[in-house]
Amino acid sequence: MLDADFFRRWLSSCAVLVDREAEWLTELDSAIGDADHGSNLQRGFAAVTAVLEKESPNAPGAVLMLAGRQLISSVGGASGPLYGTLLRRTGKALGDVAEVTPAQLAEALRMGVAAVAQLGGAKAGDKTMLDALEPAVAALGDTTDSFAAARDAAEQGALATVPMQAHKGRASYLGERSIGHQDPGATSSALIVAALAEAVA
Amino acid sequence: MSGDGQVGIVLVSHSREVAAAVAELARGLAGGGTTAPVAAAGGTPDGGLGTSSELITRAAESVDAGAGVAVLVDLGSAVLTVKSLLAEGDELPEGTRLVDAPFLEGAVAAVVTASAGGDLDAVTAAASEAYGYRKE
Repeated sequence: MLDADFFRRWLSSCAVLVDREAEWLTELDSAIGDADHGSNLQRGFAAVTAVLEKESPNAPGAVLMLAGRQLISSVGGASGPLYGTLLRRTGKALGDVAEVTPAQLAEALRMGVAAVAQLGGAKAGDKTMLDALEPAVAALGDTTDSFAAARDAAEQGALATVPMQAHKGRASYLGERSIGHQDPGATSSALIVAALAEAVA
Repeated sequence: MSGDGQVGIVLVSHSREVAAAVAELARGLAGGGTTAPVAAAGGTPDGGLGTSSELITRAAESVDAGAGVAVLVDLGSAVLTVKSLLAEGDELPEGTRLVDAPFLEGAVAAVVTASAGGDLDAVTAAASEAYGYRKE
């Protein structure tokens, strides 16, 4: 069973991984975006860490709702509302129970990813976060062992964005020139899924 | 919508200067003098380029007179931030609406219509119709 502490570990792992990879994310974003993805997410997850220390919600759903709200208000770029929506919708789907099963988390995350797709209007193959998130949630099963499979699927998904042409966001203005670059959003999504696998380790 | 006040207009841009200048332009073209309340929510709180949910929320509260608030946005994170704030339910005043309109032309149409006493539907329609204004 996964309790509120598990979700706090997940989010603090997110902060650590984003911190460690911030420079790389910004480098990817300077090729096809506006070169702020790493620093935006660093600020966002630092704010999440701070708010979770200040308030300590005791249900998984409440932890994710609070974290999502914090991302929306602190990131400053499109990744704020997108990741914020992912966490908030997932948290909402988990309800206010004290513990959830991996299967319940998988189902809730699928709803979260669907909400991201709806908000951004993107679909698989558009060279976005979804290209990492969709394979990741598809790989999630009934056990925490599946978190590692989700991590691998997200990493593969992020790598697979290299030959894609962007159809959403700032990168889409580049047209064919967006081909040949790994999508920063898919890359940070893979980090967030990797953090999930770290939280069970 | 309830209330006797005018519809409030919020202009959200990635840039503080763009939001403020478009607000000034729209007020000026609405005939100067007394216009419907307009608030700019541009950039991040520290003056950088980006979108701030805090500035948007504050701007919406400042122009809310009970007749609804029309929010016009430029692009990318401005659109997504307002959409996600609306999805939260309680972040923005009741009767706040994201208007699908070109930023500058829509802002002028919205402020003119709101200043003439148009309700939220009229303001939304006027701003959206600005998409149809061809320049050649």
